Amino acid sequence: MDADGIHRALREKFAGAVDPDWVAGEWPIVTVGSASVAEVCRLLRDEPALGFDCLSNLSGVDRKDDDRIEVWYHLLSYRHRHQVALRTTTPRLDPVLPTVSHLWPIANWLERECWDLLGVRFVDHPDLRRLLMPEDWVGHPLRKDFVEPDEYHGISTRRESLLKL
Amino acid sequence: MSLINTVPETVVTTKVDDLLNWSRKSSVWYMLFGLACCGIEMMQTGGPRSDLDRFGAVPRATPRVSDLIIVSGTLTLKMALRTKLLYEQMPEPRYSISMGSCANCGGLFQLAYSVCDGVDKVIPIDVYVPGCPPRPEALTEGLLKLQAKIQQERWLVRKPDGAAAA
Repeated sequence: MDADGIHRALREKFAGAVDPDWVAGEWPIVTVGSASVAEVCRLLRDEPALGFDCLSNLSGVDRKDDDRIEVWYHLLSYRHRHQVALRTTTPRLDPVLPTVSHLWPIANWLERECWDLLGVRFVDHPDLRRLLMPEDWVGHPLRKDFVEPDEYHGISTRRESLLKL
Repeated sequence: MSLINTVPETVVTTKVDDLLNWSRKSSVWYMLFGLACCGIEMMQTGGPRSDLDRFGAVPRATPRVSDLIIVSGTLTLKMALRTKLLYEQMPEPRYSISMGSCANCGGLFQLAYSVCDGVDKVIPIDVYVPGCPPRPEALTEGLLKLQAKIQQERWLVRKPDGAAAA
């Protein structure tokens, strides 16, 4: 199915949640409302004509100037050889999204990474712990306004500037 | 007075310290502790082509029977505390080699928020091996340097605390 068909199939079921405009490209970009991401993903996976059996990537972007956080879902269908990128936004102060870890098991760790680095809370995630940073770390390092603490358990995190060397 | 040709050739004369050090340096068991790509080179060093075993160094799977920890790879802050715990579990006398740029100073990733720049912030280091990653020959030379250091140690006659050790 081509990108226009995928977009039309989504608009039929979720007219209110799926943006009428989409961006063409290698990964066609479809914008989806944050509340219905999980249902849209379930349709994309379970509808035979769509058949997105692979969540290729789940990543977040901190759009500090717009006061929101974008989360991207890169979906791929091995069966039909087509792909699509879902874009959704959530407020920066309290970023909350429904989990898709029950649809694609890989989303479990990808959402944990997104929580760890950007602080996006995924509702109904079975095990939302930090993935890359230490368990007792404070803050989310990929936020634009993240300030690194001076030390971690006595280990200094102050580094010499490479430009001085 | 020279002892050469005064005793039968089945007898070896040496100092007790030298004998102790010679036997200790000839069985440096190192802990398997690969953190990143340097770990692959460390496995290669222990493999048949480079064969660290010919110097008496064999890999062990647990810190409790290891003499040497080779920190090979990028040390993240999450791993730093665990590295310290593993080092403290090793029985004394214990040694450590910092292998590769990342373990030495953080290397390519030293400005990253999750990286501890230099394993010597966490545990004391005896030998630093530069490289990214170091070839097996470099790590082998690091072990030889460590063996030379072990051979110099004095156990029976020690200087009091505060005096500079040899």
